[in-house]
Amino acid sequence: MEKRPDRITETFKGLSERGEKALVTFITAGDPDIASTKDLIFELERGGADIIELGIPFSDPMADGPTIQAASERALKKGTRLADVLGVVKEVREKSGIPIVLFGYYNPILSYGLEKYARDARRAGVDGTLIVDLPPEEAGELKKELDRRGIELIFLLTPTSDEARIRTVTDKASGFIYFVSVAGVTGARSSLSADIEKYIRKVRRFTTLPLGVGFGISTPEQARDVCRHADGVIVGSAIVNIIAANSGKTRLRKVRDFVSKLKKGTMARQGRETR
Amino acid sequence: MRNPDKKGHFGVYGGRYISETLMPAVIELENAYRKWRNDPSFREEFGYYLKEYVGRPTPLYYAERLTKKAAGARIYLKREDLCHTGAHKINNTIGQILLAKRMKKTRVIAETGAGQHGVATATVAAMFGLECEVYMGEDDIRRQSPNVFRMKLLGAKVTPVTSGSRTLKDAMNEALRDWVTNVYNTFYIIGTVAGPHPYPMMVRDFQSVIGSEAKRQIRELTGGFPDMLVACVGGGSNSIGLFHPFLDEPSVKMTGVEAGGLGIKTGRHAASISGGRPGVLHGNKTYLLQDRFGQIIDTHSISAGLDYPGVGPEHAYLHDTGRVDYRVITDAEALEGFKALTVSEGIIPALESSHAVAYAIKAARTMSKDSSIVVCLSGRGDKDLDTVSRAFDYKL
Repeated sequence: MEKRPDRITETFKGLSERGEKALVTFITAGDPDIASTKDLIFELERGGADIIELGIPFSDPMADGPTIQAASERALKKGTRLADVLGVVKEVREKSGIPIVLFGYYNPILSYGLEKYARDARRAGVDGTLIVDLPPEEAGELKKELDRRGIELIFLLTPTSDEARIRTVTDKASGFIYFVSVAGVTGARSSLSADIEKYIRKVRRFTTLPLGVGFGISTPEQARDVCRHADGVIVGSAIVNIIAANSGKTRLRKVRDFVSKLKKGTMARQGRETR
Repeated sequence: MRNPDKKGHFGVYGGRYISETLMPAVIELENAYRKWRNDPSFREEFGYYLKEYVGRPTPLYYAERLTKKAAGARIYLKREDLCHTGAHKINNTIGQILLAKRMKKTRVIAETGAGQHGVATATVAAMFGLECEVYMGEDDIRRQSPNVFRMKLLGAKVTPVTSGSRTLKDAMNEALRDWVTNVYNTFYIIGTVAGPHPYPMMVRDFQSVIGSEAKRQIRELTGGFPDMLVACVGGGSNSIGLFHPFLDEPSVKMTGVEAGGLGIKTGRHAASISGGRPGVLHGNKTYLLQDRFGQIIDTHSISAGLDYPGVGPEHAYLHDTGRVDYRVITDAEALEGFKALTVSEGIIPALESSHAVAYAIKAARTMSKDSSIVVCLSGRGDKDLDTVSRAFDYKL
């Protein structure tokens, strides 16, 4: 299999050279329906998103708050399957090279077949996979399949992670580290922990991978604050809320407008943290 | 080789499939459990409360009239329904709250289906003075209202879960969301032998008191081992508790009875082993009821406590190795078992346990009169009177 450009690494590198941070935007595939998902991805990109995180709907999203639970439920009601999610990525790839990370729970992927998933994800043009309920200890089999096809397996670190955990996770991680800003589920929050800076410093002692911070970030101001320390921010529920509250062209426009505001928060020129 | 392995695997099942936020909490729990499980002070305190507070040992009762009715093997009932709070669940909540205290946690949470585990958790939280919140599916709150009232009386906060199918699995999702959010001060008391390692092992160990007692008692009564053990399996805590001390006795057959609901063919059941396939949910790999895309499907059982789409990973393993035989009993058959035990012995069983009773009657018929069956009567039926009266169309 020919070597494919490592789009996630290249993206972080390019941004860093321009003094910018990455804006990673999350939507649930199939919410409100699979046809809209492709259009929404293009709007996210037009708005300035650097990386797309695409949620694979699951019946039991234990790590998600009400917003993404509801999105997952809507997508499942429309019959969205993992195969449809891969189909959307393939369509997007005809026009765009934006890095795409699939984000979900293990059972739908296990059920699809690990080898088949890795093969089809590669064919569709998926760049990374993040599975919330698959810690490094249980990820060996999937990682082997993904490694063979050059797809990054992205892991989470959290405010509860001690040095032993950070070591275990950074040992296996590739692409970037998804740092969860709070102990909790996904969902927009009005305030973020003041300790994020401290955690990020701690994590950087163990890895040179870029560090994206997510969970709870919902405003351009929060994005800017977090980007003073992190290499990127991940915004999900705030976008999913806009998708749920609007329809048609208004929905697309409002999503793009919101993303472009967020992007400004990650573009403010700022010196990179010394490691 | 003793199960589970160091990482909590029973063969290919079990393990630790949880979000990273919970990993340190689960590792902390594992370390605490390994430290205390064989500590004399912990063993002594656990034994004290089981005896003086729960009322153990529970009797192993020879059900003479039920035996006559079945006209086959002698049927013995392990009377977990006589435990304080009316079910075996409290064996485990005592064990876990003693750990929570040692780990200096100030708050406990639990999921509950039938409400038995919720009541058992609220009870020990009241006794030890810890804050308690119980998650319960909205549908279960409706069908098990007496237990909801009991939990509230005991000072617990009962939080209705309105997501998904509004039953036990959704209550567990919500409890996991709570734990992830309040991980620093909160101990999650899981009620069955499922969840991430060490829960399946730890809950099994706490519940094994059922089988250890039964082993001693049946020897005193009959001079030997029983020919068969029968227990219902939802998540599978009362059954593993009864089975585990007998696993190394090859002459003892074991049957786990799953909830057949309206019948396996209708798809409206909760029999994860008999009607499901392996997958990952709630922190462990095990048999699950799922569609062909890996989405968990809605289950049905007349018994709220068995209405769960998964099963403890050790059961999955015991099924694959053939050591335990898993069968199903339908709602209608369970109701017959309920009636049979009530009228022949004056014991009103929980609908969960009625599944085991119904199967035991069936099995006894095919066995000789000098053989014996031990049935785990895991809980009493007071909580189910409303459901049963509707099913029989009785006017109360």
